[in-house]
Amino acid sequence: MLSFEDVSLRYGMGPETLCDLNFSIEPDSFQFLTGPSGAGKTSLLKLILLSLKPTRGRISLFGEDSATLGKSAITQIRRRIGVVFQDFRLLDHLTLYENVALPLRVLGRDEASYRAEVFELLRWVGLFDRKFSLPSVLSGGEKQRAAIARALIARPELLIADEPTGNVDPTLARRLLRLFVELHKSGTAVVIATHDLTLMEQYDSARRLVLADGRLHVFE
Amino acid sequence: MTQSPLRKTFGSTVSAAREAEDENAPPREQPLAPTDSVAGRSLVIVIAIMTFLAALAAGAALLVADASADWRGDVAREASVQVRSMPGRDLEADVAEAARIAKAAPGVRDVRVYTKAESEALLAPWLGDGLDLSELPTPRMIVVMLSADKSANLAKLKQDLAAGAPAAALDDHRLWLDRLSAMANTVVAVAALIFALMVAVMAVAVASATRAAVATNREIVEVLHLVGASDDFIAREFERRFLALGFRGVLIGGGAAAAFFALAEFFARSFTATPGGEQIEAMFGSVSLGPRGFAVILILCAAVALLTGRMSRMIVLNRLRELS
Repeated sequence: MLSFEDVSLRYGMGPETLCDLNFSIEPDSFQFLTGPSGAGKTSLLKLILLSLKPTRGRISLFGEDSATLGKSAITQIRRRIGVVFQDFRLLDHLTLYENVALPLRVLGRDEASYRAEVFELLRWVGLFDRKFSLPSVLSGGEKQRAAIARALIARPELLIADEPTGNVDPTLARRLLRLFVELHKSGTAVVIATHDLTLMEQYDSARRLVLADGRLHVFE
Repeated sequence: MTQSPLRKTFGSTVSAAREAEDENAPPREQPLAPTDSVAGRSLVIVIAIMTFLAALAAGAALLVADASADWRGDVAREASVQVRSMPGRDLEADVAEAARIAKAAPGVRDVRVYTKAESEALLAPWLGDGLDLSELPTPRMIVVMLSADKSANLAKLKQDLAAGAPAAALDDHRLWLDRLSAMANTVVAVAALIFALMVAVMAVAVASATRAAVATNREIVEVLHLVGASDDFIAREFERRFLALGFRGVLIGGGAAAAFFALAEFFARSFTATPGGEQIEAMFGSVSLGPRGFAVILILCAAVALLTGRMSRMIVLNRLRELS
């Protein structure tokens, strides 16, 4: 599904943020991406999302070499990836409902065709009662859950979550982890970038990708 | 993702989803590119003003073009014969002969001979009233009305007059026609230039506002890209936004211009009987834009709104290409 071969990343003329990364993510796999702050987790996620280009090395996504992809192909690949941003990135002028529906709306689907799906998912993440609220009136935890719902709504093959439990209480964090685990069991590959050791301990069997000093260590 | 694991995790049911579907329907979809911004409102004002001025320029050009066509038609349908008093010749006989020759010429519908008193009255604007001109050899005028089929051969008439009535000189109004044409064409060209400049200014304003909108909403653009939106989709969203702004602008500007011309027509009709009204009517015809003129304003408004949307789409696509 995804493979990195000798991938390095450097911002401008600075030192290499990421060095010779070699790893792959298989379908139906679950991994935590962890490491100290500033280790390059978000940069690695941006490489996976094709928001950044590697300085060197080769990234392959869904069988396609990222270096050869045109804009249209990148768009198609992004539609197969769900992403939860650390800072949520909800659109402030849209209601929660519209934010969650966004990946379906950009596919050109008619609003009536996805309304039930969005309502159902909002119920599952406990935000149905706030469906027509604007993000500005939501708490951090609510925004987090909305961001997760948006990442899941299009049923992605790969889910990437950057600190998805950073703004929620431990109970909801466990609930969200269970959701990610169930997603994984249903065939979605999951990558969760987190600092939260407690969260990782709750799912011991998950693979761990540890970034330190720009290098990646994989613990199966 | 399948629905069952989610259902297990959050303990929901399909029936709950169906209930949810029936619950209060979502409000109308908001545009993805926010519309209610200071830049958006400024653009509406700019478009409104420019559309108003462009519609005025177009309307004025139409009025002048129509009026000039009327003038030219009127002038071209007439010619005049001036019969001068010559020593040893009977002026009245020359006038009668010139009128006979003119009336007999092909393509001449009618002739009207100005009497001595009428010919003298024509000089009043230059010489003043109350003068006794009986001692002066006042030339006599004959108005030759030509048929509308333009079959008159004025060159031949000139020759016939020279042969039959040497004191008569034909004026086919060519000089006047040329001057009127030049003046009307100049006015129309200036109006067209003003119109083109207005459209250009509007295009620059739209381009600038679009670039500002992309810059202001860069984070929105980035999120849309990351959730799988294509450049074309994003550009369409901006096009929708700018089309809406354009329609608001042209509605205000075009509506104001239409109201202006309607009021101008109303006031012109009210003043038609006055000397000022007559002068205005002489210059601009009836100061009535008519259905054709209002249709032109309507087409102008639609074109401006569509141009606003289309331009913003092209600019957004270019900008997205630059950003990638």
